[in-house]
Amino acid sequence: MASRLVASHVEAGYGSVRVLHDVSVNVNAGETVVLLGSNGNGKSTLIKCITGIVQPTSGEIYLERDGARIDLVGKSPQEVVDLGIALVPEGRRLFPKLTVEENLLLGAFRMGARSKIDSNLAFVFEAFPPLRERRNQLAGNMSGGEQQMVAVARALMSDPEILLVDEPSVGLAPILVSRMIAKIKELKDQRHLTVLMAEQNFNQAIKIADRGYIIVHGQIEFEGGSAADLRDNDMIKQYYLGL
Amino acid sequence: MKISAFWVVVVAIFVGGLVLTEVVDNEYYFTALYVILQATIMAIAWNILGGFTGYVNFGSAAFFAVGAYTSIALNKSLGLPLPLLIAAAAIVCGLIGLGVGYLTLRLKGVYFAIATLAMAIVFETLITNWAYVGGARGAYILTPETFLWFKSYIQMVFIVMLMLALTAVAISRMLNSSRIGRGLAAIRDDEVAAECAGVPTLRLKLISTTVMGALMGVAGAPYPFFVTFVDPVSAFNLFIAVNAIAMPMIGGTAHWLGPVIGALLVGTTQEIITVNVSSELNILLVGIMLVLFITLAPQGIVGLWLKYWRRRKK
Repeated sequence: MASRLVASHVEAGYGSVRVLHDVSVNVNAGETVVLLGSNGNGKSTLIKCITGIVQPTSGEIYLERDGARIDLVGKSPQEVVDLGIALVPEGRRLFPKLTVEENLLLGAFRMGARSKIDSNLAFVFEAFPPLRERRNQLAGNMSGGEQQMVAVARALMSDPEILLVDEPSVGLAPILVSRMIAKIKELKDQRHLTVLMAEQNFNQAIKIADRGYIIVHGQIEFEGGSAADLRDNDMIKQYYLGL
Repeated sequence: MKISAFWVVVVAIFVGGLVLTEVVDNEYYFTALYVILQATIMAIAWNILGGFTGYVNFGSAAFFAVGAYTSIALNKSLGLPLPLLIAAAAIVCGLIGLGVGYLTLRLKGVYFAIATLAMAIVFETLITNWAYVGGARGAYILTPETFLWFKSYIQMVFIVMLMLALTAVAISRMLNSSRIGRGLAAIRDDEVAAECAGVPTLRLKLISTTVMGALMGVAGAPYPFFVTFVDPVSAFNLFIAVNAIAMPMIGGTAHWLGPVIGALLVGTTQEIITVNVSSELNILLVGIMLVLFITLAPQGIVGLWLKYWRRRKK
């Protein structure tokens, strides 16, 4: 089962505020694609459109899986998760008053993940050893770095094929950002995931990127076919780095 | 190990209840225990939606009253025996819970609470205008004959209520410690995050309202046979709803034991005060207890205990 995620000509917004204008993004099976842009340019909105939290006003979002096309527009977040798309939300959005283990088990609610709870739990404890030690601690009492681990681990518990990561660097110290980004790459290789990551930390994000898009004011300003393309681009320096 | 301990306690309490009917002759005690058990079921029912799921509602009395009136209507029309009436009330109120949940669960927080209050008024108006079950005048119920080995009618109703309360405790405990309970706790903590994590929030909330409604109905179904006269004003009394909210709050809403402890504590205190001091005072007492607990121990008795336990472990 290999899936390709496609968003085509997506327009979306909140009330009368238009956020995304004709955004087209695709992620091929096995790729790590980054969505770059500073705050308020629409990265999270696109992720929310894919996961069904925000419904686009027009455009198409679909999965191509084994030759079949599965539309995502109109589906609830829960149905999207059922299709094997997991989200690591911006700001982590853990369940602060539940324990680490309860948080992880909540990630495994979908049918396809229930039978693999034991092996997936063992896997995430292996990947994030601090979580095993703190499994009975309340998630709200953990440090930012540990909470981000829980958020990623919770997403993995749904046994996903596609992992959407929204701003994993938010609120983390630089050293933790670089570790977390490296960890995402490592998990991607171990679990053969397809990753779409929205991130504003340009230098960290392109370390693990196969390809990437730069989104400015809700429009895709640049599409880079490789990490090098993104690194050596004048437009990036101009629009994105503000040089 | 833990499972068996729970069931041993359940069976022990039931046997204790049976023994009580053999040893104690004073009927007052069974009346008092009936009232406390009824409150326990309602506290458990309220807590499934209000505590586990985090949707505070004021409509409890409506489900209780609809349960009571389902009993009255089916007893009058078909002459069904009490066990069937209880089952019927559970089904009717469960379905109403499902329907009302579907209509109101898109509302959050205060808006949801107000919608449930409005729902209670709608049902009260409907019953008040339904002449078949007595309308505003109320309905009299002829008590059925005492059967089996019971010495008095009230003892029999007490045992019925004891069985229902134990069943409610078991259901609440099962729900609390299951995957569904974990999902409900996630909704309480952060509903959007729950949805994103793949928790089927709407389905779980509907399960929650349905079980809440059914248990409320079960608490109400034997009520006409206990008091023998029911009118809309007493059945829809706001005090019933307030009690159903105060008891879990005092006991602790996150754990299945919370509403049980709260109901036993508050219910018993109310009975003692009603008999020894005055019936007006017990309403004041609930108010004071509620204020004290919300300010000093918002997690209730179970929350206090868990906090103490965690500290000791460290």
